[in-house]
Amino acid sequence: MLKKLWPAALLLLLLVLAACGGNDDQAGNDEGDQKSNVPQVLVFGRGGDSVSLDPAIVTDGESAKVTINLFETLVNFGEQDTTIQPGLAESWEVSDDGLTYTFKLREGVKFHDGTDFNAEAVVKNFERWKAGASEKFYYYHSMFKAEGEDIISEVIVEDDHTVVFKLSRPQAPFLKNLAMFPFGIASPAALEKYGESFGDNPVGTGPFKFVEWKRNDSITLEKFADYWQEGLPKLDKVIFRAIPDNSARLNALVAGDIDLADGINPSDAKSVESNGDLQLIERPSMNVGYLGLTVTRPPFDNKLVRQAVNHAIDKKAIVDAFFLGRAEVAVNPMPSSISGYNDEIQDYEYNPEKAKELLAQAGYDGTPIELWAMPVPRPYMPDGRKVAEAIQKNLQDVGIPSEIKTAEWATYLEMANNGEFDAFLLGWTGDNGDADNFLYTLLDKDTIGSNNYTYYSNEEVHKLLVQAQSEVDEEKRNELYKKAQELIKEDAPWVPLAHSTPLLAAKKGVTNYKPHPTGSEVLSKVEMK
Amino acid sequence: MLHYIGRRLLQLIPVLLGMTFIVFLIIRAIPGDPAQVILGQQANKETVEALRESLGLNNPWYVQYFDYLKGLLTGDLGVSLRTNQPISSEIWPYLAATFELAFFAMFIAVVIGMNAGIISAWFQNTWFDYLAMVLALIGVSIPVFWLGLLEQWMFSINLGWFPTSGREEVRDPITAITHFYLIDTLIQGRFDQFGTVVKHLFLPGLALATIPMAIIARMTRSSMLEVMRSDYIRTARAKGQKMFVVVYKHALKNAIIPILTVIGLQTGLLLGGAILTETIFSWPGIGRYIYEAIGFRDYPVIQSGILVVAFLFVMINFIVDILYSVIDKRIKYS
Repeated sequence: MLKKLWPAALLLLLLVLAACGGNDDQAGNDEGDQKSNVPQVLVFGRGGDSVSLDPAIVTDGESAKVTINLFETLVNFGEQDTTIQPGLAESWEVSDDGLTYTFKLREGVKFHDGTDFNAEAVVKNFERWKAGASEKFYYYHSMFKAEGEDIISEVIVEDDHTVVFKLSRPQAPFLKNLAMFPFGIASPAALEKYGESFGDNPVGTGPFKFVEWKRNDSITLEKFADYWQEGLPKLDKVIFRAIPDNSARLNALVAGDIDLADGINPSDAKSVESNGDLQLIERPSMNVGYLGLTVTRPPFDNKLVRQAVNHAIDKKAIVDAFFLGRAEVAVNPMPSSISGYNDEIQDYEYNPEKAKELLAQAGYDGTPIELWAMPVPRPYMPDGRKVAEAIQKNLQDVGIPSEIKTAEWATYLEMANNGEFDAFLLGWTGDNGDADNFLYTLLDKDTIGSNNYTYYSNEEVHKLLVQAQSEVDEEKRNELYKKAQELIKEDAPWVPLAHSTPLLAAKKGVTNYKPHPTGSEVLSKVEMK
Repeated sequence: MLHYIGRRLLQLIPVLLGMTFIVFLIIRAIPGDPAQVILGQQANKETVEALRESLGLNNPWYVQYFDYLKGLLTGDLGVSLRTNQPISSEIWPYLAATFELAFFAMFIAVVIGMNAGIISAWFQNTWFDYLAMVLALIGVSIPVFWLGLLEQWMFSINLGWFPTSGREEVRDPITAITHFYLIDTLIQGRFDQFGTVVKHLFLPGLALATIPMAIIARMTRSSMLEVMRSDYIRTARAKGQKMFVVVYKHALKNAIIPILTVIGLQTGLLLGGAILTETIFSWPGIGRYIYEAIGFRDYPVIQSGILVVAFLFVMINFIVDILYSVIDKRIKYS
């Protein structure tokens, strides 16, 4: 038996070696060709695979990164900011009462399946989202429904290239909401054709069209030849590869297996910068990492204790040590680039003595607390565990004993959702650059059970935030947000820690790659040199 | 022989039934209402009720279990909540990826591990023996994620011999037919791609092979040492047989049984999907499939993934049992 096996094994080994050897020559040839003419193919390495390529039904950033290149929205964000720019709509008019939006659509735009983009298609998409269940079209329902009421009451075809939106009440960030990736317009013909499996066969109007998806591995897109913008996209192919481990992803970049890598650890920034073949790229910051203090659980049901914790934590030291300077110390729940930011607010200074005083005043008895740290690196916090250890020491210094705990990520979010944590680290990356998307989403009483993990509830804050949602006058609106930030600061449900700058790295030859603060960007102008 | 195989197959039935029952319990063991957990806190009542109905949660448990078994027998593994695809069709590419990697790793482990063990036994208490056994000790103890990163640094970045991760060169994608890329590339006559597939297999294969390789080497050595002391080996040598023949022909045959057991167990383990290796080398295998399903609370995938892995483990052990009697004719089961 064995006698028969060995020669076979030897043969296999030889075959393998021969195949390896043969390929070496070929690789050499390929490189020779590359020098004369760089292939316009970008391999984008990222931490995870997409969930679905139907943007309307997903909420995760890894899906958005791909779909934003396949689908376009009526209006777009600026290249690296959240100003509103024309998209599939060339221009628009808003009625004085803020209840009617008339969009003039671009002509001559085609979907990847060859059908025409027109007003009818826009209406069909909005009807689909509106009619669907709230768990399915999460973003549509969270953005365009309030207390069960539809904010978009009607979408009407005026002519082939004009579409009118009727709102039931004014919504200040309406255009910003429309520019978000979930509201990319899909081909109605393809929606009908593929039905439930549209997410595996996405058809939009974007600069790239879908080719292949090897799950947990790679997603390949190729240039859409009939794209309406002349001369774009520059790339022939974009391949998204899922490489879960941060260090392995950087290794793949250094070895040349991929061209661009996101999720670079701040501690690896130096080695990227010192590598002559690579460039370090900073994503404009639009996030916040914070320590949440669940206001329904003792001892944090006492405002004085929460304020004491704010005094106890040395944020500057944390930012210096664990973000390696790639972050700003946070004062408010949103970054200063967002309209409505209150820069007059005085932060709680780092003062352990003051903290002890407040604790004594609150009658805190030294009961230990649980301090929860997230198990995975996030863009807003590269190493939650270490930050938690620093906070533990700070708390110890003022006499609050704590135990650090963690759970697998999905469980972690679920527990936070249920308000099961005493104190916990979490964060948020903005979707559309509006104050509403930070303050209301994270700290309003309406959002308890979704993103308001501290269960913070203040009637006055709620009134201000809801009023701001329909206040169309920018200045008045900003005043409302500034007032809300003051109240939140005083109530101290959070210790805002940092607004970090997420890092990416690319080969030197990758040009015109402009990372967007929302975390996903259109790659139509990227070129390989 | 056939009689024996038939009996062993019959014995498998209670094992498989027990397995399905445990896996069936997993989803029922979630605290609270599984339908609610699956849909999340915000889901409305009607949707939860509809899902309860479609999962059959409103029936008594034994009805649910038999429905579940019926489904399994017709090849129905359920539908993934994340992708809305039937798991039975979705799972194959992941399984193929894991099979390919596991068998490649076992090939390395068996060839190197067995020979290292044989030579160590042959030259017992020489420098080779000591070196091999120290290496084997390191092999079983080394953390895979660390070894993996080290391999990437050494063989990909510094030497440039192998790619760091993945199954294929994504710039020149492979058209999947069987999803075994070694076979697919050969069918299509793409020998260049066959080469890149082997290259992609090499680093994860090596990382995955270290532990089984070390265990096989140690087992081979001890088993060989025992056999080498027996009388018939002394006789063979006294007859003037060449040492090589004595060792590989006479001794190995009798020493192979415990080694085979170890190989079987290790293959079963590797087929379970090595999550760490698959993560470091971004290998789209069954381990990561199940792991990611846990992250998304995709219960049907977790359930069916575990079931498939457990099934493979049982089958491998079954095959090993059969192999015993094929290799050693003295083993007769009655």
